[in-house]
Amino acid sequence: MQTVQPRSLPLRLPRVRPGGVLPILAILAVLLVLVGFRQPDFLAPPSLMSFLGRSAPIILLAAGQYFVIVSGEFDLSVGSLVTAQVVVAARLIDSDPARTWPVVLLLLAFGALVGLVNGLVTTRLRVPSFITTLGMFLILVGAVYLWSDGAPKGGLSEEFRRFGRRAFEDVPLLGRVPYALLVLVVLAVGAVLLMRSDFGRTLVAVGDNPRAAELSGVRVWRTRTVAFILSGLAAAVAAILLGGYSGVSFQAGAGLEFGAITAVVLGGVALGGGRGAVVGAMLGALTLELLFALMNFYGVSGALKSTVQGGIILLAVAVSATRSSSR
Amino acid sequence: MRRSMAALAAVTLLSLAACATDEPAASPSESASAAGSGTGEQSKFFVQADYDAELALLNAAPTGPADKPWEQALNPTMVDTAKFKKNGPYKICFSNAALNNPWRQVGFKTMQAEVEAQKSRIKEFVHVDAEGKDQKQIADINDLLGKGCDALIVSPNTTATLTPAVEAACQAGLPVVVFDRGVNTKCPVTFINPIGGYGFGHVGAEFVSQKMKPGGKVLALRILPGVDVLETRWSAAKVAFDKAKVDVVGVEFTDGDPAKTKKIVDDYIQRYGTIDGVWMDAGAVAVAAVEAFQDAGKPVPPMNGEDQLDFLKIWKDKQLTAIAPTYPTYQWRTPIIAALRILDGQQVSSPWKLPQPTVTQDNLDQYLDASMPPLHYAMCGCTDLPGYPQRWK
Repeated sequence: MQTVQPRSLPLRLPRVRPGGVLPILAILAVLLVLVGFRQPDFLAPPSLMSFLGRSAPIILLAAGQYFVIVSGEFDLSVGSLVTAQVVVAARLIDSDPARTWPVVLLLLAFGALVGLVNGLVTTRLRVPSFITTLGMFLILVGAVYLWSDGAPKGGLSEEFRRFGRRAFEDVPLLGRVPYALLVLVVLAVGAVLLMRSDFGRTLVAVGDNPRAAELSGVRVWRTRTVAFILSGLAAAVAAILLGGYSGVSFQAGAGLEFGAITAVVLGGVALGGGRGAVVGAMLGALTLELLFALMNFYGVSGALKSTVQGGIILLAVAVSATRSSSR
Repeated sequence: MRRSMAALAAVTLLSLAACATDEPAASPSESASAAGSGTGEQSKFFVQADYDAELALLNAAPTGPADKPWEQALNPTMVDTAKFKKNGPYKICFSNAALNNPWRQVGFKTMQAEVEAQKSRIKEFVHVDAEGKDQKQIADINDLLGKGCDALIVSPNTTATLTPAVEAACQAGLPVVVFDRGVNTKCPVTFINPIGGYGFGHVGAEFVSQKMKPGGKVLALRILPGVDVLETRWSAAKVAFDKAKVDVVGVEFTDGDPAKTKKIVDDYIQRYGTIDGVWMDAGAVAVAAVEAFQDAGKPVPPMNGEDQLDFLKIWKDKQLTAIAPTYPTYQWRTPIIAALRILDGQQVSSPWKLPQPTVTQDNLDQYLDASMPPLHYAMCGCTDLPGYPQRWK
């Protein structure tokens, strides 16, 4: 994400309009009250910090997914990309700390490359993006299976794992600040600045009306391809954090694409593109994680997660469809 | 246009979500909360007589060479194999359920090394990997019947579904050796496995209930339902927990995946403040469970794992209160040895029960080999085989 520098930073407050962040902030506040009612300990700084650290990967994925969705496309490949990255990292690092940083760079490059391929196939070969990225999903799952004979090999070094597992301990007031949370804050600020730059406005314009954008001189294919690359990079960072958190796993990324897309629509971003804020998408992810935490506190089975996600997607699409027809 | 795109997208997403997640159909924690003890209904795989027999085997003295546990047998009952006698060298075929976890990877390498050690007698070894799919394994076994195999070894993916395929192989006149997971038929010449699931589950559950504080909360972690060795592990643990009146607060399926395991354990720590004991039906994800406690800043409660080296190492480093019942990977040597004996017309034990040692605090050091990779299994019985240790690294 650092590769694209914001060109101008207009100091302008976001307008409150459909696709704004107020609704999601309201839902988040309600959930916080409910959690505080059921499990007051959860709101104590140390456990809240841990929660934010654990939620960092899905929030980053939601930001990555936002770029693609707001430009009018989808990225279904991020979950399998995360899994592939974790498996590749374990095999290449093979518990050798010295290989940590080269592999981290390689993962970022790999994420960007997958995004580039998704973007080019979608925009130049004109394959609809859910077919492109579904294909990429299957390619990655199959490739990882073939490459590893179906079981993870090697191991992640402690150096690699500290991003996802460790924290600055004994911080005044907060108790502990997970590294993952710092990574999240830095990248979230970067994402917000990016959306306020020329590129950000072009991205939304492309999603809103690609033809109009094209006619006014925007290279739509290039803008969308960059969105896919950003999504791939977000998946790479999420993979580094998730692999660090849980170790070598064949399911590190399973289902994350749905989590990210649900978060984005929950955050008020229109499927189909052109409307919504990146902050909304990230808050959507946080809200979703908080909702799952609340379900956990009430002893609701984790198996219901996909049901809840499906319901949210349907509801959000229905709401945005009625809204756009009354526009 | 946009609306129809969004609708199409939603349909795609939902149908994908349905096939990409493999959550268990029934929620184990819900069904568990119905019964007072929290352990729910007893598994339909539970057979009291088998349970009693296995627990008795835990103390049985094995026959056979003491330094080769993979050739030993507990309470052997020999069967005649004269009708399968044949001149070698042989073509031996193996239908494998999967190579999808480190236990199977280590086991299969051990089996390949055993084949290499016997290469004067085996002209060809055919391995077909069913990749964890019942339907593929049924097709694999059918294929192998037409390939001129002298003996067929099967490690079934699931018990009930693979039974007819194994019966068909028996009817084709081949000597069939089943090992690891079982089938519901007596037709194979022999079924090889260690003492089995009841023994494994019982040893872990007894330890956890004795070492934890009375009335404490136990979390039980299972891989997946429907596989006999795993069902019997849980059903024996259930008997032990019910007897000890332990409060089992959750029975969850992990798919044997560390990411999922860590999330589940973390959820339970958050929901209950802490968990006082962890039992698991397979140790591959034991380290993930330990890490969940470490990362939550909680002491690691008494738990069981398995003889995987990453767990033995963290057990020693962090001085855990732990035990490791095993399901030794050395059992992958035995089917090759059995197939050769059958083709020689020698008697073999049926069933062929192998000893199943337990790693305890007292013998931990003996099994902990720091030079081997973290996902290696200590009970591979492979140190005398060709290619040790590189083949397993």
